[in-house]
Amino acid sequence: MCRLFAMTSDEPFSPLVAAKALDVMREGHDGSGVGLFLSDLSGPFEDLKDAPVLSGIFTSKGLKKLDVHMMELGFTTKYKVTIKAPKPAPPGVPQRDVYLIRAYEYPDEWHAYSAERRAFELMKVRLDLRGMGEADGDMIVFSFWPDAIMIKEIGDPLTVVQHLGLDRKELMARVIMAQGRQNTNYAINLYACHPFFIQGICTMTNGENTAFVPIKEYLSSRGFPGYMGYNSDSEVFAHILHYSTYQLGLPLEAYKHVITPLSDDEMGDHPNKAFLKQLRQTCRRLIIDGPNCVIGCLPNKSLFMVQDRKKLRPGIVGGRPGCYAFSSEECGLDAVIPDRDKSLDFQPMHLDTAIVSSDRQEVHICRQTQSLPQALCA
Amino acid sequence: MQADTIITPSTLCVKDLPWQIAWDKDKCTLCGRCAAACPMLALELAVYRKRVIQPPIGLEKTPENTFESFYGVRQKTNPDNACVGCGMCNLVCPNDAIMPMHSDEADKLRFHNNKGGVPRRRGGRRNDPEGVLDRIKFTRISMLTDPALDAGRHDFQLSTLLGRVLPPEENLKLQRENGWIPPVREIYPLIIGGMSFGALSPTMWEGLQMGVTYLNEEVGMPVVISTGEGGCPPRLLRSRFLKYVILQIASGYFGWDEIIHALPEMKVDPCAVEIKYGQGAKPGDGGLLMWHKVNKLIAAIRGVPQGVSLPSPPTHQTKYSIEEAVAKMIQSMSMAWGFRVPVYPKISATSTSGAVLNNLARNSIAAGLAIDGEDGGTGAAYNVSMDHMGHPIASNIRDCYLNLVKIGKQNELPLFAGGGVGKRGNLAANAAALIMLGASGVQTGKYVMQAAAGCLGSETDRCNICNIGRCPKGITSQDPRLYRRLDPEQVAQRLVDMYLSFDTELKKIVAPLGRSTSLPIGMSDALGINDYNIAQRLSIDYVV
Repeated sequence: MCRLFAMTSDEPFSPLVAAKALDVMREGHDGSGVGLFLSDLSGPFEDLKDAPVLSGIFTSKGLKKLDVHMMELGFTTKYKVTIKAPKPAPPGVPQRDVYLIRAYEYPDEWHAYSAERRAFELMKVRLDLRGMGEADGDMIVFSFWPDAIMIKEIGDPLTVVQHLGLDRKELMARVIMAQGRQNTNYAINLYACHPFFIQGICTMTNGENTAFVPIKEYLSSRGFPGYMGYNSDSEVFAHILHYSTYQLGLPLEAYKHVITPLSDDEMGDHPNKAFLKQLRQTCRRLIIDGPNCVIGCLPNKSLFMVQDRKKLRPGIVGGRPGCYAFSSEECGLDAVIPDRDKSLDFQPMHLDTAIVSSDRQEVHICRQTQSLPQALCA
Repeated sequence: MQADTIITPSTLCVKDLPWQIAWDKDKCTLCGRCAAACPMLALELAVYRKRVIQPPIGLEKTPENTFESFYGVRQKTNPDNACVGCGMCNLVCPNDAIMPMHSDEADKLRFHNNKGGVPRRRGGRRNDPEGVLDRIKFTRISMLTDPALDAGRHDFQLSTLLGRVLPPEENLKLQRENGWIPPVREIYPLIIGGMSFGALSPTMWEGLQMGVTYLNEEVGMPVVISTGEGGCPPRLLRSRFLKYVILQIASGYFGWDEIIHALPEMKVDPCAVEIKYGQGAKPGDGGLLMWHKVNKLIAAIRGVPQGVSLPSPPTHQTKYSIEEAVAKMIQSMSMAWGFRVPVYPKISATSTSGAVLNNLARNSIAAGLAIDGEDGGTGAAYNVSMDHMGHPIASNIRDCYLNLVKIGKQNELPLFAGGGVGKRGNLAANAAALIMLGASGVQTGKYVMQAAAGCLGSETDRCNICNIGRCPKGITSQDPRLYRRLDPEQVAQRLVDMYLSFDTELKKIVAPLGRSTSLPIGMSDALGINDYNIAQRLSIDYVV
């Protein structure tokens, strides 16, 4: 089962911190891969918050192809971090040509686009690049979105982070999500590594989603081009969150009601009973059946953690004002924030959503039995 | 030698019949119960004559013949009285002196059961014990990658939805605008399929209704039952128990006068209205209640004269097209209850099911689609319809589900599968297989009759006389002498037993698959079958 670690901090920190947290949870992952999501970036990207950042892995040929394609679209480079992996790669880590993180200037005509259209077009560019790369095997594109960097690679998390030298100033961020992969497949597809990203929404999961096939079929049939891929059974969690926030306009507090709705008994005299019953019926296909702990990040940089109904997967939130971490095991938390008040640590149960918003002042616990924001049910 | 009886083209001997009665003279006490219990009057009391040779001792006298007579029972060979193998004779015999035995070769009766130019009509089921559903295995077992659940301890939510479920975007918009949202019921995924008051005896019907009520109100399982065509007793229509009942309207509209008149006095809405266009056991045919069963009570409830056969037309006579059938009928039925009751059609599985489904999918208020496969049972039908017409349910439901997936409406229009569910006794396994192939729930009738009332029929032409009202157990008879054999309280109890055990078995299937919070509708990754072609056809794993 994969191990997860996410942190949000006023002080920018390095991906190495997250890798170290994963390292203490080593017994829970086999070091077969690592995925990193960085947001609320600092350093040079601090001033480029609105510029879309492309992250991916390229061969030399792929890089040329990328340049031609992006130029044709009218994108110009504003800033880039190119990681040329030193040779030889450590055991278990493949040798790649280039890891690219590049911030672009929008094409002129994009400035007139609405935010919604821009979000859609950015996703389309990423999907097109992914398609081009899959055809020739020379490009792997993880994200194309402002203030977001994703790096995924096969190998032990700490080894990969050290090997690629990710502990650098340009890659310091205030929000980092990281996954240490426990591979259950023979061949590892990098697109199957968590975290999963779509239009600023990012989630990662430990466990296995037994309701994967019907959910995948449902999402794929929504007609939204971003709902694709599904190299992992957990990718649907990111897409469900995207669907409930972008398509349905629901707040994060409702996410848990979509994926693990209350039963009739639990609803009792819930103030939003009528709404929740309708939500349960209409979103029935999106009910997850776990066992999963989902950690995610929203475009507004708030981090959250939820459990499925069975609550069979570990997950803990703790920290202090200004710095909170989400970890699939307590030792991961201890490794990074040892001086926190441990009595305030929180392990979400099957009704809870633990949220740390971008102000990082507290862990907000939202229970499904509480009433939902008024605007939702008006 | 000249025969001492007249031999005609339809003269049959016992050997020619499908069932032969084995009678043991030495065990028989001549009590006559077997002949009294036989629904087919296949037995007659007989006098046998036997020659006995009496050789005297010594050589002085020659041996003599004497003739003795003794009494016993004899099997009639008249096709009308052919033994149906029900075994009631054995059931009532104090000494096990008699029982029906199935013929060791194909019977000749089949060539003679069209007397008067009328082909054979019978009740029961398609006579084919095999089926695809029993071959499907559940191959995705949680063990290490995801922990298995405890079927006995975990909290399971095994309900399903009956009703048109709007897409989330539309539903939320209508909620905000206070618009009309189609009614949806959360029900138990095993529905008791339509068996009419008329087809079933009053005691059987009462037992089923009591059992359903108990399951809902005492056990907390939202089980619902379809009335079948033939109306609903007036007291039930005006009771609070109507909410557990799906009222069926078929092309004969039998009993609907009573239902419409009861509308203003209904305390609660029915669970749903099922418009029957077809039945799996006799696709393309309407209902058929033969005159034997139309007694005073049935005639009164159906609003027809007594003692006449009641065939429903094969189609609703006021509809001449699918548009009308789907739109007009659903709309008018919905309107009758103020659009508070889900209305859905039931059709026989057919290669044109997809066309029906497409039309329903475009109809914003159609509440679902029930599809009845070729293995369905019936109270009366022509033998040729039952044995040779129809479409298997597995591929039909799968096609329909995948069709819905393609257009993104798989959560919106629930599919209910029927026809042969549990025909070999594996109710939960068959139901789970159909659910994972894409059904939102299943309908069953035969299994209920067998489990709750001890129906003796089988898939090898045993009994099958539901049509003539001589049901040996009193399940499908309107003759008080027969239906008093059935205690409704016991039927209710057996129904509850059946549902509780089904529930446990279903959990024993879904728990190892790691599913507990939602029914695994369309979870086809859990299925496998050891036939390559079937696997391809159903888009499931091929496993050997």
